[in-house]
Amino acid sequence: MRAVISVIGKDMVGILAAVSAECAASKMNITDVTQSILQDMFVMIMMVEFTQDSIPFAEFSARLTQLGAEKGLDIHVMHEDIFNSMHRI
Amino acid sequence: MINSKDILETLKMIEDEHLDVRTITMGISLLDCIDPDIDAACSKIYDKICRYASNLVRTGDDIAAEYGVPIVHKRISVTPIAMVAAACPSKNPVKFARTLERAAQSIGVNFVGGYSALVHKGFGPGDYALIQSIPEALSETEHVCSSVNIGSTKTGLNMDAVAMMGRIVRQTAEMTADRDCIGAAKLVVFCNAPEDNPFMAGAFHGPGEPDCVINVGVSGPGVVSAAIHKAGNCDIAALAETVKRTAFKITRVGQLVASEAARRLSVPFGIVDLSLAPTPAVGDSVARILEEMGLEHCGAPGTTACLALLNDAVKKGGVMASSHVGGLSGAFIPVSEDEGMIEAARCGALTIEKLEAMTAVCSVGLDMIVVPGDITAEAISGVIADEAAIGMVNSKTTAVRLIPAIGKKVGEELSFGGLLGSGPVMPVNTCSPAKFISRGGRLPAPLQSLKN
Repeated sequence: MRAVISVIGKDMVGILAAVSAECAASKMNITDVTQSILQDMFVMIMMVEFTQDSIPFAEFSARLTQLGAEKGLDIHVMHEDIFNSMHRI
Repeated sequence: MINSKDILETLKMIEDEHLDVRTITMGISLLDCIDPDIDAACSKIYDKICRYASNLVRTGDDIAAEYGVPIVHKRISVTPIAMVAAACPSKNPVKFARTLERAAQSIGVNFVGGYSALVHKGFGPGDYALIQSIPEALSETEHVCSSVNIGSTKTGLNMDAVAMMGRIVRQTAEMTADRDCIGAAKLVVFCNAPEDNPFMAGAFHGPGEPDCVINVGVSGPGVVSAAIHKAGNCDIAALAETVKRTAFKITRVGQLVASEAARRLSVPFGIVDLSLAPTPAVGDSVARILEEMGLEHCGAPGTTACLALLNDAVKKGGVMASSHVGGLSGAFIPVSEDEGMIEAARCGALTIEKLEAMTAVCSVGLDMIVVPGDITAEAISGVIADEAAIGMVNSKTTAVRLIPAIGKKVGEELSFGGLLGSGPVMPVNTCSPAKFISRGGRLPAPLQSLKN
């Protein structure tokens, strides 16, 4: 299963490092990353793949939400199918 | 890689525009619970509901967390209880309502629908007793919803049932007068009731349905409203196109959630109900969509045309997004549940007569309308007959959910709390239809043929 991590917030040092460190600790494989800065707002989209050793989805999502709260960022983890369903025929 | 613009659009819809899946409703047949011993029947019903739906709430929550889209309600609909009660003559059917309440509390759903009777052509065994017990059942329970189908395009209208339901609606409000007459908010009178409707209070599991099924109702008035706002000063065809595109996206979410819920619960997927269901929250209103199209207030001249456009475009966009569409499918216009409707009713822009016209082109009917406490049972029956006639002649579902505000008059308000919202008492024409209603009998089915 693949999931999309979206990170939105004020740009600062170490966002990518913090999120990818959490992915590594949770045994998630990062397959793609895009990031941009729109009017001082940092927007990062990361595609991750659950591996055999990955922690359960709910736990991973909770960890990232907590990371977001600590850093003042809006972080969501969502199954990729929600985007495939809505935006692809 | 998925386009990051699409990802941000989805997030915006969920975070800012109230995109959600309104309900996952599990339909459960109770036909195999029928027993002449009412206690045995109740025990079988409780066991079957708890067995089939034990994981419903948890599964809904898991899917919501994984896909990041809120699933607001998890609900149950059951076989019309009148069919089960038919085997237990001379017993008070309220026992079934108490059983449904107990089951709802034990599995954690917020409504269970199906305290219902289908009497569009006449009263069968069990129907009369069940209808008479509705006021008591709805005043004693919190989570049970009731509906009665009093007419259809093929059978015409059962005017005896229409007369009876006027009295029942009033009695139900009277018995819950101490709780803002909330009993009447859980009672719907239908014409052409769908058998697979996932929305309350009118959901029941029709006799033609499988043993168990998952139906999903989508929502998203805020998303449509925002899309129209963004479209700017375009012409009507572009407006319809915008609604269609948005409805497609909304419905795809419903289809995804429905098929995933069906898979995880090992239950067949039934239908997605393509509905725009409002809530009293700001930014989640169908009335505001109509206003965004260019009306000063919902209820202004032009409202019916705007609603017709909206309803049609929602269906056209939604149908392609789902493998099976059913239920009520269309825009809902429940007054007390829609922030924009409440305001329009308060300022006098929206009247019951205008709402009646609107129901000819949209999904349901006169829904969640608070009427004066001194309204007569005959007047309620008259409103039901009018609304049912619109449904019967136009081969569509119509429904009436009026809440007589016992002890209150025009200018005062009722507040139900939660998604049922609050609403001002709206004036109803006080001329009496008593003689017409007292005639009884069946109003003949309309001509639907001679099409050559």
